[in-house]
Amino acid sequence: MGWFKRLREGIQTQTSDKKEVPDGFWQKCKSCGGTFTILELEKNLFVCPDCDYHFRIGSHDYFNIIFGSRYKLLFDNITSLNFLEWTDLKSYDDRLESAKELTSLSDAISVAVGKVNRKPLVIAAMDFSFIGGSMGSVVGEKIARSVDYCIEHRTPLMIISKSGGARMMESAFSLMQLAKTSTKLAQLSREAIPYFSFLTDPTTGGVTASFAMLGDINFSEPKALIGFAGPRVIKETIKKDLPEGFQRSEFLLDHGFLDFIIHRSELKDRLNELLSYFPMDKAAQ
Amino acid sequence: MIFFFGYSTDRLSFLISPLINRLIIMVFLDFEQPLESLYEQLETLQKLGAEGDIDITDKVKELESTIKKKKKEIYTELTRWQKVQLSRHPSRPYTLYYINQICKRFTELHGDRKFGDDKAIVGGLGTIDGTTVMIIGHQKGVNTKMRQYRNFGMANPEGYRKAQRLMKMAEKFNIPVVCLIDTPGAFPGLEAEERGQAEAIATNLFEMAQLKVPILCYVIGEGASGGALGIGLGDRTYMLEFTWYTVISPESCSSILWRTWDNKEQAAEALKLTSEDMLSFELIDGIIQEPIGGAHSDPEKMAKALKKHIKATLAEVADMTPDELINNRLEKYDGMGRFVEA
Repeated sequence: MGWFKRLREGIQTQTSDKKEVPDGFWQKCKSCGGTFTILELEKNLFVCPDCDYHFRIGSHDYFNIIFGSRYKLLFDNITSLNFLEWTDLKSYDDRLESAKELTSLSDAISVAVGKVNRKPLVIAAMDFSFIGGSMGSVVGEKIARSVDYCIEHRTPLMIISKSGGARMMESAFSLMQLAKTSTKLAQLSREAIPYFSFLTDPTTGGVTASFAMLGDINFSEPKALIGFAGPRVIKETIKKDLPEGFQRSEFLLDHGFLDFIIHRSELKDRLNELLSYFPMDKAAQ
Repeated sequence: MIFFFGYSTDRLSFLISPLINRLIIMVFLDFEQPLESLYEQLETLQKLGAEGDIDITDKVKELESTIKKKKKEIYTELTRWQKVQLSRHPSRPYTLYYINQICKRFTELHGDRKFGDDKAIVGGLGTIDGTTVMIIGHQKGVNTKMRQYRNFGMANPEGYRKAQRLMKMAEKFNIPVVCLIDTPGAFPGLEAEERGQAEAIATNLFEMAQLKVPILCYVIGEGASGGALGIGLGDRTYMLEFTWYTVISPESCSSILWRTWDNKEQAAEALKLTSEDMLSFELIDGIIQEPIGGAHSDPEKMAKALKKHIKATLAEVADMTPDELINNRLEKYDGMGRFVEA
């Protein structure tokens, strides 16, 4: 008998006879390699129980963490259009179609209004799973309308960034979203309505170079990649390896670009605390 | 942006010509090859003439008109990629050239008062026919040494912060701001990230959105992404004819979406990045025609046209109140975007 043959009965199952585990039942931690069931992770707000790695989650996960199940989606009727008739290896139409199918989302940002301990808040949260969380006309428009909503209802705004940058398939229109969102946030600022920018993994490119860096208060989750140029481009430019921890939250905090880093489990409490510093005019609500 | 030179030397050819009294080096782009041989002929002819035996006046005239015709032919049928090449032409005039031509007086102001003085963005106070303006622009180098000194027109955060300092000063003294845009992108370096490249650009956008004095923006060469927009948000935006302005360079776009550097022509077409495209999208307010052959073929003429345009536009916005300026800017940028609303 070979060394590797198992002796006890019942565990000599052929690979083909193995019981199927449903897809997506297990998830592996990118950081420590530990494997957990989705249920386990969900209970832990998608933070690795072993190493504290913050898994990338979607807009609705954040809404659930912060608002519970009680929130109202806003402006979900706005969708992208392939107005430039863009095609690279795939057409923009196909990319949009498959992103919608994959995510059941309307675009790379979702806006919701809800309450944190009875204090109203508008959250615009990005989804990396929708074409890399890229910012096109829809992202810009939804942020612009969120600002209008916040001014009208005297409600604080939080944007949760998670994006690779501008959406190339909308060319100059996507670039102009940097100008559009910044102009709208300047308007919000003149109205003295607080804006919290919550940067999550990853936040790069045009998103960082516009609304993500413009919060009255900027904060992020631990170890999130945050930068203007992507690490690969920088590496190619300087032809050297990048230092450990470069462009991570802790690096940005150290260099003065973030107010603090927040663990996902503390998110709701910290938001409650922040909102309490900015009591909004009740009469206008 | 990975393109340090903006153009590759293998696609250019050089001709040293004594055509005009001073020595000039003529650079021909690949699509200008028919012109090169014509210029060579002209040169040979002029040499013959200089020897004095034969009268060549008629022949020279004939050849010159052939060149003119050919130029017109080539320049009316340019592809988008060829326009990108022109925007990066090594002889193209840059910001400081225009400033010297346009302003009777100019005092360059240096430094961001925080960390350093960026050489890729220049700025200062000047006068245009008696009107004081704050002029700010990207600056590329005119030769190999200067290109390095200017970091190929790729600014670090200090450049954007210097620009903001100068704009705030202009605001304080009610001086209009003119921005000249010409960059292959903000510098993607390690220190640039450490010192907050994204924050520098973002706060510029935020401050420019509510600056109480007029801001006029002119794309005079390359308008690449956030690096261009970082000094490009204003009341009016114009582009010189053979320039481009979009979210990414065609090369980088090709490398990301086509996964090869070779589809830059196709990427340029897809990006629809030329001045004509931008005007048709109503993302800019107008185009300033370049001399046939591009701005570099007659820089003085180009500078004159630019000066005239700046003067006229300054007059247009001169009487606007700060509130009008800020509200118009808000309305203008809020209207940028195309989407479906169900």
